[in-house]
Amino acid sequence: MTSAAPREIFGSTLVELGHKYPDIVVVGGDLNKSTFANLFGYEFPDRFFDLGPAEQNMMSIAAGLASSGKTVFASTFAVFATGRPYDQIRVGISQPHLNVKIVATHAGIMTGEDGVSAQGIEDLSLMCALPGFTVIVPSDAPETVLAVKAAAETYGPFYIRLGRPSIPIIHDQNYQFQIGKAEVIKDGSDASIIACGIMVKAAMDAAETLSKDGIHCRVINMATLQPADVDAITSAAKDTKAIVTAEEHLRHGGLNSIVAQTVTETYPVPIESVSLTGYAESGKPAALIEKYGLTSKAIVESVTKVIKRKK
Amino acid sequence: MQPRIFRINTSNKIEYTCGQSLICTVIIPLLKEVSTLVNEKDSTATSSGSPFPNVSISVSDMTSRAIDIRMDILNMIAEGGSGHPGGSLSAVELLSALYFKTMRHDPNDPKWEYRDKFILSKAHACPVLYAHLAHCGYFPIEELLTFRKIDSRIQGHSHIKTPGVEMSGGSLGQGLSFGLGAALSARLDTNQTRVYVLLGDGECDEGQIWEAAMAATHYKADNLVAIVDRNRIQNDNWTKDVMNLEPLPDKWKAFGWNTVEIDGHNFSDILNALGTAEKVKGQPTAIIASTTKGKGVSFMENNPDFHGKAPNPEQLDQALTELENTR
Repeated sequence: MTSAAPREIFGSTLVELGHKYPDIVVVGGDLNKSTFANLFGYEFPDRFFDLGPAEQNMMSIAAGLASSGKTVFASTFAVFATGRPYDQIRVGISQPHLNVKIVATHAGIMTGEDGVSAQGIEDLSLMCALPGFTVIVPSDAPETVLAVKAAAETYGPFYIRLGRPSIPIIHDQNYQFQIGKAEVIKDGSDASIIACGIMVKAAMDAAETLSKDGIHCRVINMATLQPADVDAITSAAKDTKAIVTAEEHLRHGGLNSIVAQTVTETYPVPIESVSLTGYAESGKPAALIEKYGLTSKAIVESVTKVIKRKK
Repeated sequence: MQPRIFRINTSNKIEYTCGQSLICTVIIPLLKEVSTLVNEKDSTATSSGSPFPNVSISVSDMTSRAIDIRMDILNMIAEGGSGHPGGSLSAVELLSALYFKTMRHDPNDPKWEYRDKFILSKAHACPVLYAHLAHCGYFPIEELLTFRKIDSRIQGHSHIKTPGVEMSGGSLGQGLSFGLGAALSARLDTNQTRVYVLLGDGECDEGQIWEAAMAATHYKADNLVAIVDRNRIQNDNWTKDVMNLEPLPDKWKAFGWNTVEIDGHNFSDILNALGTAEKVKGQPTAIIASTTKGKGVSFMENNPDFHGKAPNPEQLDQALTELENTR
C-alpha cells in the first residue's frame, strides 16, 4: 500500500489554490519548512507572511487579513496553533466568525521523539469548544487535498488537523469529501467503529481481523468532528447497537465525547473508546502507538468488549 | 514513498500521483483567468466618495462636540450600570481627530472597501468609539443608551457586529496585530487604506503588542499608526506602580517605529502628528499621546477608581454639570 504525508500534500494544494484564488494569503510561524507552507511562499512571496515563532501575533494578523476580505491559511504545529494562541482564536477569529483556516500539522503522539510538549493531544477538545468552527481530521493525503480545498471554498473558520508522518492512502480518486458528512467505508451489523485521522486505517484493519471471526463491523470515517454527522452516528447506534470510537487524541473533548453526547440524545448504546487517557513521552512513533494502545489490536479488543455490553 | 506531484500545463487539472497510481486530482483555472480577475479588481480602485473626513468641521466645532461626546459617554455608562469611563474620556480628542478630520469613511457604507480603519484595541473604552460612531451617523445617538443591555447592538466590549466597528476586542493586546493584518491586506490590494490602532498604555504590558511592533517594522507597514493613550493609569493603579512602562517612547523607537510624543487633548497636536505620519515611508508611526484619565470630570480625573466604574446618579449629575460649565 502506498503512503503519503498529508502535510506535504497540503503545501502543494495551497499552491494550486493560490493560483485559483488571488485572495488566499498564508501566515506561518517559523515552521514553514515542516508544514510545507513554504511552498506557497516560494510561489507567492507577497502573499506569504512568516511571523516567526509568535503565534498570538500570527493569529490576530490572520484575523485582520480575513476581516479585510482575504481567505487566510494559518499554519504551524498543532500545539502552537491551538493552545498558545487560543485567546486570539477565540476572541479574534471565532467570535467574529472570520474566514481563517488553521491547518495544524504534527498533531497527536505520532510526532514522536520531540516528547509531550510537541504532541498535540488536546487540540480537538479546544477547537471543538469554539462555536462555528469547522473541525476536520483527514485520514490520508487525498482526503487532505479535498478538505483543504473545501475549506478554501467555504466561508468561515476552520481547523484542519494533520500529523507528521507519511501514512497509508486509503482513498482513491473517486472519493467524494463533503464537510460534515461521515464516510461509511464498510458496512456491518455487529458493531460500529467510528474513527478519525490515522485511526481510520487501524479501524479498517480491525474490521478485517474481526470479520475472520464472523464479527462484522461498520467502519465510519468521521473526518468532520464539527459539525458532527448526527445522522451517521445515530444510524450506527440504531443499526449495530454498539460503538467503538478511535482517535489519536485524549478521550475528553474529541471524537468519543462527540459520539457519546450524540447517542445519549438520540439512541443510547454502549460505547468503548480507543484513545489516550494522559500524556505520552518521547519515542519512535510506532513504539508510542503500540505502548499507548492506538492500534487495530486495541480496536479489536474494544469491539469484543462492547459487543458483550450490548443489551 | 512520498507522492510526486505533476502539473499538467495544458489543462486545468493537477494530478497527485505516487509511483504509477493516481491519488487524486485538483481542478484549477488557467493562469490567464486569474490575471483577468486581478485586472477587473484594479479597475474598480478609482471609485470613491465619502462624507469623512469633513473639511468643514473646525477645531472649535470639535472642541464643542467633545463636550457632547463626554456627556454621551457618561450617560451611556450610567444607564448601562457599568463600563469604563476613565479610559473613554481620555481618548475623546484622539477619536474626534480621527473620525471627523482624518479618516476616509462612510457611515452609509460601513464596509466601503477603500475606507481607512480605526481599531480599538483597548476595547473596554468602547463608549468613546460608540459615541463617535453615533455622531458620525453609523447609528442613532439614542441607541447609545442601550449600551450593555440585552438585545443591544453595542456590546460591553466592542464587537464586529456593530456598524462601524472593525474588530472584536475585549482581550487586551490583540489590536495592533489585527491592525497590521488589515494594513498588509490593504497593501496587497494596492488601495490607500490607512489603519489606526488605539492602544491603552497599560495594554502595552501585553507581550503581543511587542510581537506586533516587531512585525510591523519588519514588513515596513507605513500605512499603520499606533496611538498609545498614555493616561498613566491602568485597572489596578498607576502604571508606574503596576508595571513600569518607561522609557515608553524609546521602546517604540527601538522597535523601529517613527515615534512622536504629543498632548493627546490638543487637536492641532493630534492632527499634525496624524498628518506627518502619512508622509513617513517605510516604517509605521507610533504616537504617544499624553492624556488625562477621566478627562473633563474633576472627581474622575487621575482617579484609578474610575477606570472601570459607572457613576452613580449623583455623580452623573455633578459630572454633566461640570462639563456643561466648560462650554
